[in-house]
Amino acid sequence: MTTVARDPVAATDPAPTPPTRPAAGPSRHRYRAAVGFAFGAALLFAVAPLLLSDFRLSLLAKYLCVAMVAVGIGLAWGRGGMLTLGQGVFFGLGGYAMAMHLKLADAGPGTMPDFMMLYGQLDELPLWWRPFASPWFALPATVLLPMAVAFVLGSLVFRRRVRGAYFAILSQALAAAMVILLIGQQGTTGGTNGLTDIQGFFGYDLDDPVNQRMVYFIIAGTLLALLALARHLMQSRYGELLVAVRDSEERVRFLGYDPATVKLVAYVVAAGMAGLAGALFVPAVGIISPALIGIVPSIEFVIGVAIGGRATLLGPVLGAVAVAWARTALSERFPGTWTYLQGLLFVVVVAFLPGGLASLIGLARRRDDGEPRPSRLSRFRPRRREGAA
Amino acid sequence: MTVLIGQLFTGVSIGAVLLLIALGLALTFGQMGVINMAHGEFIMAGAYTTYVLQQVITAAGWSLLIALPVAFVVAGAMGVLLEMLLIRRLYARPLDTLLVTWGVSLILQQLARDIFGSPNVQTRAPELLTGNIALPGGITVANNRLFILALAGGAVVALTLALRVTPLGRRIRAVVQNRDLAAVSGIPTARVDRMTFFIGSGLAGIAGVALTLLGPIGPTMGTNLIIDAFLVVVVGGIGQLKGTVIVAFALGVLQATGEYLTTLSVAKVMVFIAIVAFLQWRPQGLFTLRTRSLA
Repeated sequence: MTTVARDPVAATDPAPTPPTRPAAGPSRHRYRAAVGFAFGAALLFAVAPLLLSDFRLSLLAKYLCVAMVAVGIGLAWGRGGMLTLGQGVFFGLGGYAMAMHLKLADAGPGTMPDFMMLYGQLDELPLWWRPFASPWFALPATVLLPMAVAFVLGSLVFRRRVRGAYFAILSQALAAAMVILLIGQQGTTGGTNGLTDIQGFFGYDLDDPVNQRMVYFIIAGTLLALLALARHLMQSRYGELLVAVRDSEERVRFLGYDPATVKLVAYVVAAGMAGLAGALFVPAVGIISPALIGIVPSIEFVIGVAIGGRATLLGPVLGAVAVAWARTALSERFPGTWTYLQGLLFVVVVAFLPGGLASLIGLARRRDDGEPRPSRLSRFRPRRREGAA
Repeated sequence: MTVLIGQLFTGVSIGAVLLLIALGLALTFGQMGVINMAHGEFIMAGAYTTYVLQQVITAAGWSLLIALPVAFVVAGAMGVLLEMLLIRRLYARPLDTLLVTWGVSLILQQLARDIFGSPNVQTRAPELLTGNIALPGGITVANNRLFILALAGGAVVALTLALRVTPLGRRIRAVVQNRDLAAVSGIPTARVDRMTFFIGSGLAGIAGVALTLLGPIGPTMGTNLIIDAFLVVVVGGIGQLKGTVIVAFALGVLQATGEYLTTLSVAKVMVFIAIVAFLQWRPQGLFTLRTRSLA
């Protein structure tokens, strides 16, 4: 951990690698990463479409959207130590922005989405819906809107050094507030049902399997791009700083950095990723609703990350896909069993395997990425309430 | 004026519920710095205890009275079990405790679903608590709300007394103020932690009994309550009860006022914004325990 403080440039500097960390050499990293990305791309773009039926492929598209959220959580929580229990908010903002545009496009210019006539006694489109008619507003909004919300909340909260459990609770409360607001404003948001029955995606009919495939490819490509971005951030000097803030915020402050800004960047980036995921989730699944973004789904985003390995790059992705797949496979036939299993996974993995499954199979090559194991001594320092768990 | 007082009472009664829920949480969070997401499920356990007792003892008044101590012990025992099996091992990792206890809460919810079924169940309120009392000035006050207010007040007084005068209370305060010093002074901190957890979780059980008077009992009732309770604790500040008391009533009144002026959903969002704004001013909560401890 403290390597960071001593030598923050190590990751970007192409100088000879320090003898203590032979695996962390930049050239080898680059080589491995290129192979890894090629492998991942081959898997997502060639193997999966060839092997899976249209139905399975659309399920995979859904899982990959969850994986995008997981990449962001891996960055904010795994690397930054900010346990964000409200990623559903950003997922939802992105999803609703996209769904609002698609609903308006479905309805055609001058008409209102079907549900508004049903619930609301509205004569015309609400003012805040209007900009979403334009794709030039709606598409950037899917990413920028969540980032803006994260920026406002994050800058307020991190600057006042609200952290750790306090931050986790606040982020969760945000998810609760958002869902209550969405349900309460049924006339303009679709209430509990959400925005459903989305037919078209920029002129393409979503019922057509070919177009569903196209959506899948867009999602797979976006996920790879987000992974590349996350990797770039993690490898950069900023990434080292983020880990340093997680491990000891005070020390980083004494070194002259502003931990609030460091954390804010990771939080905002994670929010943007979640927003993008939500936006792509809508054409893949055809619905966005409060049930998909509330407290429970927000925590479920975290479980995949915890199981896969929170501090690794690929762990969150694999964990998220695995958990989403297991849910579909199990919850339809044995809903009760799945809930027990999910709870048990949470307990066992987080309590006894904090590094996630990645720490088992050796994905975490760099030792300093794993969470420190609780030592016997730490039993006697329980009142430390710093951000790093 | 009547409307104003009526709203004030609505706010106070929302605050009393919040207070009952948050009181146990403030105790465990304050002492150990761990967030117990399963606290909501202990509330559920208390509520289901009331339901089960009413199946056995059909007189609603008696079953409610008997449910109070029984729910306290049932929820408290669950808390102790959780503390001994899991939380004790995770003191150094408060954020992980949050996730682990969330997993526990999932399991407990499913357990409740398997035992009592997914649909909500209902208890009968005793005759005495079903009516209203008309106060001078045309204000009517629901009896069950009054009972909950009294219960919350009683819980606060009892807890304050327990912390002030009993030997256990003295030990709890010592551990909260400076764990290391308490340990070297010969206080068995692990045992004190366990007792704190017993009392804190037991209070959740009592809150559960009170909630049966207000609405149906269901497997997910805890999830909906827990966030509000945590917000009370976070804003109130940890280590002292008075912050929790003041903030519970303040948030209750704020929410009632917001609800009166706008809608329920907008009021909830207003409360959230107010909390974030408040934390700008006092990030450590309303009251913080000042000690010379370096930790």
